[in-house]
Amino acid sequence: MSKENILAVENLVMHFGGIKALNDITFNIKKGSVSALIGPNGAGKTTVFNCLTGFYKATGGHIRLTTDHKDTSVIQVLGEPFQPLDFVSPMAFIKRLKYKMFGGSHLVNRSGLARTFQNIRLFKEMSVVENLLVAQHMTANRSLIAGILNTKAFREAEEEALQKAFYWLGVVDLVSHANRLAGELSYGQQRRLEIARSMCTNPELICLDEPAAGLNPSETEELTKMIRILRDQHNVTVLLIEHDMGMVMDISDYIVVLDHGQVIAKGDPENIKNNPKVIAAYLGAEDEDEVGL
Amino acid sequence: MDIVLQQLVNGLTLGSVYGLIAIGYTMVYGIIGMINFAHGDVYMVSAYITAIVVALLSYFGIESFPIIIVGTLFITIAITGAYGWAIEQIAYRPLRNSSRLAALISAIGMSLILQNYVQISQGARQQGIPNLLSGAVRFDIGDGFVQITYMKLIILLVAFISMGVLTYIIQKTKLGRMCRATQQDPKMASILGINTDRIISIVFVIGASMAAVAGVLITMDYGAFDFYVGFIIGIKAFTAAVLGGIGSLPGAMLGGLILGISESLFAGLISSDYKDVFSFSLLVIILIVRPSGLLGKPEVEKV
Repeated sequence: MSKENILAVENLVMHFGGIKALNDITFNIKKGSVSALIGPNGAGKTTVFNCLTGFYKATGGHIRLTTDHKDTSVIQVLGEPFQPLDFVSPMAFIKRLKYKMFGGSHLVNRSGLARTFQNIRLFKEMSVVENLLVAQHMTANRSLIAGILNTKAFREAEEEALQKAFYWLGVVDLVSHANRLAGELSYGQQRRLEIARSMCTNPELICLDEPAAGLNPSETEELTKMIRILRDQHNVTVLLIEHDMGMVMDISDYIVVLDHGQVIAKGDPENIKNNPKVIAAYLGAEDEDEVGL
Repeated sequence: MDIVLQQLVNGLTLGSVYGLIAIGYTMVYGIIGMINFAHGDVYMVSAYITAIVVALLSYFGIESFPIIIVGTLFITIAITGAYGWAIEQIAYRPLRNSSRLAALISAIGMSLILQNYVQISQGARQQGIPNLLSGAVRFDIGDGFVQITYMKLIILLVAFISMGVLTYIIQKTKLGRMCRATQQDPKMASILGINTDRIISIVFVIGASMAAVAGVLITMDYGAFDFYVGFIIGIKAFTAAVLGGIGSLPGAMLGGLILGISESLFAGLISSDYKDVFSFSLLVIILIVRPSGLLGKPEVEKV
């Protein structure tokens, strides 16, 4: 596997009972790119995101996240069932046991992957700035005792966290709302805050689930600019799910098209635009048309 | 007049203790949506630990009351906190993703286990510790007087300090921020890199510590306890938590105070035999008028 892929998804399978939501998904995301995951409704795009971020535990396959400081297998850190081989090799056994006991989706984020949700999931009863502070608990001073006793080092760490929070509030243009409750913000502001919050966890890959949904055209344009800023100035790789084709074609370097839980095409925007399979998936295949008529 | 004032003072001390225990119910409910029915028994365990620690301290010849109470508080909080942590690990964590009913049954089982374990290891007889601090302040009012024992003053002081410290931790510190985030949306919190399992453990430890504070104070005041003492006070504290709006931290404290004061006033002015009937009737009435409790937020269902 080459070093320049930040994310490698191989043969990802996700079953819910008898329903095969994802079937053998394979794609790679290059470091520093803006990539899009598109497809008709129900194609399994959000399910892919949920598997990537550890929200769901995938049924099979591999997800490998290669950030600058760490190499993580997403499915492993969530805790897998024991395999027969584990009982032969104590090291493998200990590793598996460790993740079974202490693993979880928080480890995925700690290895450098952040995400936002299609339906906004802010901490609505906390203030805007608190939403950003809570995301930085890993970088700020972690000692609980220091936090309760309010030591000097702790105050300095808090100060730093606060500065970072305000930096991101500046980027998403919410500085004047810092002390309002997150739930009081308008829809577009909440979307921007969610992106800022994800960025506060210091991710190297950020997954945006329909960031432009519900935004008006000028807000969408702002968002496009912001995504470019994220990539160019903060060295973040962006993976997004989006239905706004204008935006997708405008911003993406690479597109993966899903339909019925399978990858039907991948490539650069020009390629995808003219791919007959993609057109068929979006507009309905010709043989289906005949049935319809 | 003096009876009313006297009962108000008594109610305030009783209520502050209810509030301390109610915190454990309300925080656990807020974070995992489960009623921890073993919480009353955690209080009971802390009463026994208090007695053991007091006995040990006097065995080593320590007789100054401030050292005894501070030492007992610290040691009891530590051991009871460990109990809270262990209960969560053993009885609730394995059931985290199963139905709520399973966790509830597990909690009731844990409560019975604790009672029987204490009954077997410590005996079924009522136990007691001697009165460590006697004396009272007395205010003359007209013909009558109001009397507050020093122990009751200490209860009030320690209970309110504990509540203040806890409110500070939850509202101002980073740990509190992580607790609140986990309470509002545990899945999202974990996606932001917060180890939610650890936060849940910490919440159990905090709840148990508050119960331990209550256990130390009440045991030193009343002196007598048995293995069943956690049941009724647990139910009362649970009532206080529901009264104030379960899930809300200030609600639990307020609910405890209201319950304690109204119960004492009823007992002093009308009938002490029916005080439990009164406090539960109060609960019913408040739930009819405000189903989400005094400070609870009504659940808004999105359409």
